[in-house]
Amino acid sequence: MDGVDAFMLIDVHAHFYHDRTPRQDWRERNQSRLTAGERMGITLHVASILGSWGATSPTYFPSPEDLDYANRWMLELQQANPDRIVGYVAVNPNFQEHSLEQIERYLGEGMVGIKLAASRRADDALLDPLCRAAARHHVPMLQHVWQHRGRDWPGQEASDAVELVTLAQRHPDTNFILAHIAGGGDWLHSLRALRGVDNVHVDLSGSGVDGGMLEACLEAVGAGRLVWGADITLDTGLAKLRYLEHLVDAEDVACIRWKNAAVLFGLPLATDTAS
Amino acid sequence: MIVDVNTFVGPYPFRRVPESTLGSLTESMTRLGIDQAWVSHLPSVFWRDPMEGNDWLLQATGEVPAMAPVPAIHPGLPGWEAELDRVALLPVPAVRCDASFYGLDPAGEEVCDLVRACAGHDIPLLTAVRLEDGRQRHPHDQAPELTAADVRSWLRVDAGFRLVVTHADRPFIEEVHFGSTPSEAQRVWWDISWAWGPPEDHLELLLKTVGIDRFVFGTGQPLRLPDAAFAKLDLLDLPVENREKLTARNLQSSLTRPFND
Repeated sequence: MDGVDAFMLIDVHAHFYHDRTPRQDWRERNQSRLTAGERMGITLHVASILGSWGATSPTYFPSPEDLDYANRWMLELQQANPDRIVGYVAVNPNFQEHSLEQIERYLGEGMVGIKLAASRRADDALLDPLCRAAARHHVPMLQHVWQHRGRDWPGQEASDAVELVTLAQRHPDTNFILAHIAGGGDWLHSLRALRGVDNVHVDLSGSGVDGGMLEACLEAVGAGRLVWGADITLDTGLAKLRYLEHLVDAEDVACIRWKNAAVLFGLPLATDTAS
Repeated sequence: MIVDVNTFVGPYPFRRVPESTLGSLTESMTRLGIDQAWVSHLPSVFWRDPMEGNDWLLQATGEVPAMAPVPAIHPGLPGWEAELDRVALLPVPAVRCDASFYGLDPAGEEVCDLVRACAGHDIPLLTAVRLEDGRQRHPHDQAPELTAADVRSWLRVDAGFRLVVTHADRPFIEEVHFGSTPSEAQRVWWDISWAWGPPEDHLELLLKTVGIDRFVFGTGQPLRLPDAAFAKLDLLDLPVENREKLTARNLQSSLTRPFND
């Protein structure tokens, strides 16, 4: 890695809060993410806001009104912090027209990806028009995944890797990110499903720091399909980053830290950024 | 000085875990600058008689000065008192009991007998709330997690009892701490392995509300990446003296046995 490369770090799975979420400490949590991010060397937070986070519609089944408010807030955060925050437009596929309208509007205003939470199973046909929109705009879709769901869980229509792979195989021209491999559930099940599916990347975020998980990720999809992220625990993200530096060579670390993400999101490479 | 109270050696029955040998633990300690590790024998947590792992553990760690063995005691098996008598005479920092993994009722009379016996020997008891995230456990890995009520009940059994709890999250720690009298709460120490850092900042909050004196350094390696415990510390705004409290001084001031000065 050259000097610039070594310091690039893109968090592909970040969240922020806004004034209509249930949390009174939303400002502190947003600030804590930015402060810790600076300390860790995060150069870019790729973030979303999931509607009202449960205040006026469920986190994983957000209403169109809540999504629009959240996406607008996310865009304003991006515009206020153009050098360190970019946004996903979050949508609920049950509201097709609204989803497509939000995608067109917010990608048109500079957002860089589409966030799908758990409003509809990933292999559902309702997602197809959204995938085509993602391909048309050359942006990835970050899909919330429960690693080996096994059964339905309250509060969400969660998908697992097998269902995401089904969708990805229907849309070979769309790039997908499997969310938080370390975010709960049987990650070995997901990794087995992802072998050979080149348009699905694995986001390393989540509170899990299981010994053996990073080795298994590398074995299943290789450094070329791993992207770094933190989600709601930056400390575990930092831990995985440090362990990766112990595990793989500097070029692979750079791919996972930022290069793979930069390609996915169509972001300028380090040399361009430096210039 | 850094002392990791939460390490294991030996294979895990429910998935492949790299770096589970004594040699791997040594390498990890060197890589991260850990001066001493409290070492537990992982496979015997799941054995019918966990105490059968003690001799191997004592012998293996006896050759490595930086490793302090933590023998297991199963208070539901005949003769456990003799095993406790034996290991309490050895240079071990604590004994461990993972009651629910042993098939015991954590709040039952057998464990309470062990609590009294540990107090009588002035030896701390080490226990884990969990070993893995409950959402990913093997279908046959069904032992219930320890509850805060279990821990509160132990602290009330004997005023001389000292306890080290690993793998506890913020709600668990708060429930025990504020659900106990100050004198009871002063006899439990928490490792930091499962408390979240930013942006939720659970560990930072706990250090303020529960108090820094109640925490010790633990990683849970090799089941968990040891780097995580260091990352939590590095993301805190901690003066050096407070970091040293967490990494060793709390333990040295309150949990040291005569053999381990």
